[in-house]
Amino acid sequence: MQLRTEPFVLNIGPVHPSTHGVFRMRATLDGEVVVDLEPVFGYLHRGIEKLAEERTYSGVIPLTDRLDYVASITNNLAYVLAVEKLAGITVPERAEYIRVITSEMQRIAAHLVSVGSFLNDAGAYFTPFLYMYRERENIVDLFDMLCGQRLLYSYMRIGGVSQDLPDEFLPALRKFIPHMRSRINEYDWLLKENEILLARAKGVGILPRETAISIGASGPVLRGCGVKWDLRKADPYSIYDRFEFDIPTGIQGDCYDRYRVRVEEMRQSLRILEQAVEQIPAGEIRGDVPQLVRPPAGEAYAHVEGPTGEVGFHVVSDGSIAPYRCHIRAPSLMNLTALKDMIVGWKVQDLILIFGSFAITMGEVDR
Amino acid sequence: MMVVPNITADAFRHFAPVASDWPGNEWWHWLVFTVIIIVFILVMVIIFIYLERRIIAWFAARIGPNRTGPFGVFQNIAAALKLLLKEGVNPTNADILIFWLAPIVVFAPVIAVFAVVPFQDGALLKDLNIGILFVIAISSISTIGVFMAGWSSGNKYSMLGAMRMIAAVVSYEIPVVLALAGVVMLAGSLSLNDIVVAQERVPFILLQPLGFLLLFVGGCAEINRSPFDLMEADSELVAGFHTEYSGIKWAMFFLGEFGEMVVMATLIATLFLGGWQGPGLPPWLWLLIKIFIVDFVMIWTRATLPRVRIDQLMALAWKFMFPLALVNLIVTAIQVLAWPDALPLYVIPINWVITVMLVLLGSKLFKLGWGRVEV
Repeated sequence: MQLRTEPFVLNIGPVHPSTHGVFRMRATLDGEVVVDLEPVFGYLHRGIEKLAEERTYSGVIPLTDRLDYVASITNNLAYVLAVEKLAGITVPERAEYIRVITSEMQRIAAHLVSVGSFLNDAGAYFTPFLYMYRERENIVDLFDMLCGQRLLYSYMRIGGVSQDLPDEFLPALRKFIPHMRSRINEYDWLLKENEILLARAKGVGILPRETAISIGASGPVLRGCGVKWDLRKADPYSIYDRFEFDIPTGIQGDCYDRYRVRVEEMRQSLRILEQAVEQIPAGEIRGDVPQLVRPPAGEAYAHVEGPTGEVGFHVVSDGSIAPYRCHIRAPSLMNLTALKDMIVGWKVQDLILIFGSFAITMGEVDR
Repeated sequence: MMVVPNITADAFRHFAPVASDWPGNEWWHWLVFTVIIIVFILVMVIIFIYLERRIIAWFAARIGPNRTGPFGVFQNIAAALKLLLKEGVNPTNADILIFWLAPIVVFAPVIAVFAVVPFQDGALLKDLNIGILFVIAISSISTIGVFMAGWSSGNKYSMLGAMRMIAAVVSYEIPVVLALAGVVMLAGSLSLNDIVVAQERVPFILLQPLGFLLLFVGGCAEINRSPFDLMEADSELVAGFHTEYSGIKWAMFFLGEFGEMVVMATLIATLFLGGWQGPGLPPWLWLLIKIFIVDFVMIWTRATLPRVRIDQLMALAWKFMFPLALVNLIVTAIQVLAWPDALPLYVIPINWVITVMLVLLGSKLFKLGWGRVEV
């Protein structure tokens, strides 16, 4: 017997528990299977690129915090690198080390949020999520010690960083590294071989290697497909060429690979932190930079490897105190390009899981 | 009455009129037990919700409700009062009559099930000779209520949740009923009281580990417990079939859900853990302790495991649990035939070895991809 069925449209978002903000997906479903998907962006558009044109060069830094708000340090860094390139400013050694330390701390914090919310989307009722947040809390406390902020740090300055490390910072960080390492091992022990997680995430939402490269994907989404591409190695910025670390990659580019890549990257970040804490020299934390930076007319692009991928700032100067144009390359948005192709054919539950495996931040997608 | 070889030596003792602790068929007996059951369920639901919140909080490294009353014990009473006073919203697309009826259809069977659950020897509303059949039949009615809610809400999320619920319950009834059949064969009776009496020597969890596992997993699936809580998957379907409900109607669903949890915990405690049997303490206390142990394990799984997908849920029922339930039934039948008087104690290790082997094999195959069916 053949029952007559017809597809129906399910509106997921903009307000939904699993859309990581205000993302909207117009999914056409045939029963449980997704036959069509239309992502709708723009619910969190704040015009940051336009706002940046009306501020001084250092006044743009707080705006960059509000892009990927779980990883504001790397946004700060990408922007100040672009301006320093444009104005030809050199950064003191100690500031470079502080930048690396804070970036890697931020990467761990952001990956903890990503992994936690991914597992939450997979249906593990808040336990992994809160465990991840418990660890993230340690990092946030360190940042609090550093600059008095817990989420939107605005810590980077053109030519350096805003404040020197307080005396108790490095001992606290030294204590944190082995603690975090043992915690990552604990979570792996719980979840790495979990039958349900394997059944849910392995082979689901495969992003083919070629597609990933052609859409300009970056970060764990790209590395999950087995592409060894990390800007810290591929185009070393700051002083990343001095540290020893590996680039973890996935095998086939499914949700599980993306999850594993994030967990392994946390381990690598801990390695970098360990080396940086040992090597950090004493000295200045800011170069000789005027209060109002006036870069010569011209343009510069700088990019860093953020937790979600390549965060890039293209800054155009007309010689005044404000950028003429400040374009932001948002990795979350680039990665989402492949969303429809990856989700069509899978079920509603996979839709949530695949979407969760991107670990996007809406602040960055909509800018 | 089914005449099947019994485990205990005095096999047919229970079919003869025995003086039980409580007299049946008196008007005050009915009245007292009706009141006891309703109060029992409401109190248990409140305790279960409190425990759920505190224990999950404990698992998730946080504190949980601790402000209202000592250790937050009055939090749920405050929540219930709030829900009573809350405005009930009727969605525009709702089919109002069914929309209002659904919470009642969900909650009423939960109370009815307890009519046949013994709190101690003979202390139950009615010792039906078809006790287990009654439990299965009545508890399935809740499903209709869930579907009524999903359909009448006029919401696609509700509908999806309700459809998943129907699929899950229909599939999981079969392994659950087959798992219960093993217990019935061992006890030689469908009456819950007789089954508890038959566990005087050993609780059936030792003789029937596979049956226990099947009932626990299948039971979790039937009452929407994680990892099978697809019907109200909070991260996917917002709240599943009760997305559109608010106020006391929503509270009825909540009561029904936790009531089902009480039913399932009680059923597992009665059928496999020896019910009210136990040394030292009063029988009703033993039953309560066992119910809370089962409840704790259910909360534990919820706090730990991710959710399965709908096709994996179906595959687990049909490809994994259904064959295992059949194997369990056949093995039990052979053992009951081989030792008609009483099962010797050395079948306990045999059964445990069989169970462990079958479950490991099944999980291996599940991992290899048997778990996926294309819809």
